[in-house]
Amino acid sequence: MTCCSASSVPSSAALKHRLDHERLLAASHTTPDGSLQTDFIVPSMHCVGCIRTIERGLADLPGVKNVRANLSTKRVAVQWQPCEDQPIDFLEIFAGLGFEASLFDLEDVSTSARHSGRQLLISLAVAGFAAANIMLLSVSVWSGADAETAQLFQLISGLIAVPACLFAGRPFFTSAIAALRNKRLNMDVPISLAVLLALGMSVHESLVGQHETYFDAAVTLLFFLLIGRYLDHMMRERAHSAVLQLSRLVPTGAIRLDADGAQSYVLVAELSEGDEILVAAGERVPVDSCVIDGFSDLDRALVTGESTSVAAAPGLEIESGVLNLSGPLTLRVSRSADKSFVAEVVSMMEAAEHSKSRYVRIADRAARIYAPVVHILAAASFAGWMIATGGDWHTSIYVSIAVLIITCPCALGLAVPIAQVVATNRLYRSGIMVKDGAALEKLAEVDTGVFDKTGTLTLGTPHVSVIEGGSQTDRALAGMLASLSSHPASKAVAGIAENRAGLLLSDVTEHAGFGLAAVWKNKPIRLGRRDWVAQITTHHAAASSHDQSEVCFAVAGGELVSFRLSDTLRADAVPTIAALRAAGLDLEILSGDGDAPVQVVAAQLGISNVRSRLKPADKVRRIEELQRQGHKVLYAGDGLNDAPALSAAHVSIAPASGSDIGRASSDLVFTGKGLASIMTALSVARRTSTIVRQNFALAIGYNCIAIPFAVLGHVTPLIAAIAMSASSIAVVSNSLRLNLVKHAETPQSAKTAAITPRPITRQPSAPTNREIAK
Amino acid sequence: MNLLVFLIPIALFLGCLGLAAFIWSLRNGQYDDLDGAAERILDDD
Repeated sequence: MTCCSASSVPSSAALKHRLDHERLLAASHTTPDGSLQTDFIVPSMHCVGCIRTIERGLADLPGVKNVRANLSTKRVAVQWQPCEDQPIDFLEIFAGLGFEASLFDLEDVSTSARHSGRQLLISLAVAGFAAANIMLLSVSVWSGADAETAQLFQLISGLIAVPACLFAGRPFFTSAIAALRNKRLNMDVPISLAVLLALGMSVHESLVGQHETYFDAAVTLLFFLLIGRYLDHMMRERAHSAVLQLSRLVPTGAIRLDADGAQSYVLVAELSEGDEILVAAGERVPVDSCVIDGFSDLDRALVTGESTSVAAAPGLEIESGVLNLSGPLTLRVSRSADKSFVAEVVSMMEAAEHSKSRYVRIADRAARIYAPVVHILAAASFAGWMIATGGDWHTSIYVSIAVLIITCPCALGLAVPIAQVVATNRLYRSGIMVKDGAALEKLAEVDTGVFDKTGTLTLGTPHVSVIEGGSQTDRALAGMLASLSSHPASKAVAGIAENRAGLLLSDVTEHAGFGLAAVWKNKPIRLGRRDWVAQITTHHAAASSHDQSEVCFAVAGGELVSFRLSDTLRADAVPTIAALRAAGLDLEILSGDGDAPVQVVAAQLGISNVRSRLKPADKVRRIEELQRQGHKVLYAGDGLNDAPALSAAHVSIAPASGSDIGRASSDLVFTGKGLASIMTALSVARRTSTIVRQNFALAIGYNCIAIPFAVLGHVTPLIAAIAMSASSIAVVSNSLRLNLVKHAETPQSAKTAAITPRPITRQPSAPTNREIAK
Repeated sequence: MNLLVFLIPIALFLGCLGLAAFIWSLRNGQYDDLDGAAERILDDD
C-alpha cells in the first residue's frame, strides 16, 4: 500500500484548494454594485506596516476593487469581482504576505449588539449635551438671577430636558417595563420612576412660576448612569470580538462524491446517511461517518480528550470534529449533521446552560432589596408629610420626589460596571478575555476547581519522553526525516536536537497512515508505525510492550529505534495548581483519556481526585453532583467533549488553543501557554468582588446620611445635584484603585507576562479613564 | 436681558451643532477603527 488510486481520492492539496474556494464563496456576500465582499480575520495585524502590506498586497490582485483593514477588530474587508477561470486563493496570499488569516462569516456578527452600542453612545451624547447646557443655566439661577431671567432659564432648561430625558432614558424605560411585566424589580424601575416624576414635577413647577426645579438632576442622573451602561456594553463587545478573532470557520460544507463519480460541494446540513464524502488532510470530519477508503492518522484530542493519535483504516467509525492528520480519506456518512456527535454536544450544552442562566448578578441582587426600600421610603414620606401638613399634597409630593432622587441608585449603577471594566482591562493586558461582568462575580465565588487533562493541564501536543535503541546517526536521521512532515508526532521527533550536518536524504515519500520513507546512502529508511517500520529491519520486532504511543525509525537492515511520546504539562502547571490549592480550592481532574496517562499527570501535580475515561455527559453529571453538594465549580477545559461541562459549571475558563465550541461556551478565555492565567483571573476576580462591595458600602453609607435630610424636606435641588455627583465620584475613584494595586501583584503578573509573549491583541488604550473624563 | 435673547439661542445652536457633528461622525463609521486611525497617520505616502 503506497498510495490510493487517483480516480477515487484526488490529491489532498487539490481537495483542500477546492474546499477553500467553495468556503470563500459561501462566506462572501454580494454588495449592491454586484461585486463580492469577503471579510478575513487577521489576528497578527498590529501596526501601520501590517495595514500597508495587506492593503497594497491585496489591492494589486486582478478583480480586487477595494481593501480596507480594520486594526481594532483585526479584520480585513475585501471587495472583489470573481473571475471564472482564475480563482483567487486569498488565504494563501495572506500567508505569502506573512499573515495568518481566516475567513470571517459576516452572519456571525451580532449586528444587534453593535447597533445597541451605537444607540447607547448617541443617548450618552444627547444626555451629555443636555446636562452641560442645563448646568450652565442652573448656575445662574442658583447664584441669584432676577425672577424673570430665572423663569426664562427654567423654561429653556425644561425645553432641553424633557426631550433629552425621553430620548436618552429609553434604555432604562424599556428595561424597567420588561422587569415590571415579569413582576420583578430591578435598578431601572426606581431610576425610571425618579427621572419621570422629577421631570413631571419640574414642568409643573416651572409653569406655575416656582424656582425649585429638578431638570438638571434628572439629566445628570441619566448621564452618569449611561456612562455605566456604556462601559458595561463596551466590555462585553470587546470580549466578544476578541473571541471571534480566535474562531476559525468550522466546516460548513464538504465535498460529496455523487453516484456518477462527480464531486460536488454541499453544505454539511444537506449530507444524509449513506453519502460518500472526501476529507483532506488537515480538515475536520464534518459528520459522524465510517472510513471506506484511505489511510490516515486521526487527532481526537479535542473530541474525546485522548492524547495519542489514532490510525484510521477502512471500517473505522469517526465522530464529527475529529482532525484528519496525514492522508485524504473517503468516508460514508453514518449519521446526518443534526444527529452527529457535535450536534449531541451542542444540545447537551444548551441543556446545561439553561440551569446556569438562573444566576442573578450582584447589582440585580442588590436591587431586589434596595428598590422596595426606596419605594416604601418615598411613599412613607409622602404619607407622613400629608398627615403632618394636614393635606398639603404639593409639599408632600415634592419631598417624596426629593427622596427618590437622593436615593436613586446612581452610585450603585456605576459601582459594579466601573469596577468590572477596570478589572477586565487589567486581565486583558495579561491575555485573559472575560465574556461579561457576571463571569468575574462568579469566579470570585468558586471553591472547587475541576480540570480537563488533554489540552488544558497539558499542552495537547506530544513530545518525546523516552528513546529506545539506535545510534547518534539513527536519531539524527529520524529527526531530519521527521522535520519534513507536519504530523504532530513527527514534529515531536524533529524537536530532538541532534547534529544533522552532512545528512542527505532523497526520494522522501509520505505514506498516509503509516509514516515517512526516504533513501539515505542508497539504503531505504522509514519513520512511522512500529509494524510498518519493522518490515525493513533485520529481525521483525514484536509488538510494543507498553501502551504509550510511539514513533519508530529504522535504516534498512538496521536496528529499530523507538521514540515514546507523551503529552507535556503546561510550563507552570505545578506552581499554578499549588497556588490554587493555597487559595482554598478543592481540585479534581476529569478526563476522557485512559487511566495511565491521567495518573501520570495527576501524580506530577499532586491531585488525588481523578476520574478518567469520561464521556461528555459523565463530566456534566460529576459537575452537577458537586454543585448539588453546594460547591461553586470552576471548570477549565478546551475540547469539544468539555463544552457541556464548561456550560454546566458555575464559571468556566478555556485556553485559546482549544476548540471553537469550547471557547464559545466558557466565561473566560486565556491566550498564552501558561496556566498561571487561571490564578491571575481568580485573584483579580476576588479583588474586584471586594471593591464592588466597598462601592456598595460607600453608596449606601452616603444614602444613610442623605435620606434623613430628604425625608425631613431639607434637600434642595442644588444639594441633590452636588450630593449625587459626589457619591458617583467616590465610587469611580474607589474602583480605579484596582488599576493601582496591580503593581503590588508583581510576582504573579510578571510570571504571566513572561509566559504570554504574544497576547492576541495589542495592549488596549485605557478607555475607562477616557470615558470618565468625557 | 436683551443680550440673552441673542446669546442663549447662539449657545444652544453651537451646542446642537457639536452634537449633530458627533452623531454624524458616529454614523459615518469614524469610530469603527480607532486603533487603525491612530496608526494610519504614521503612513507617510
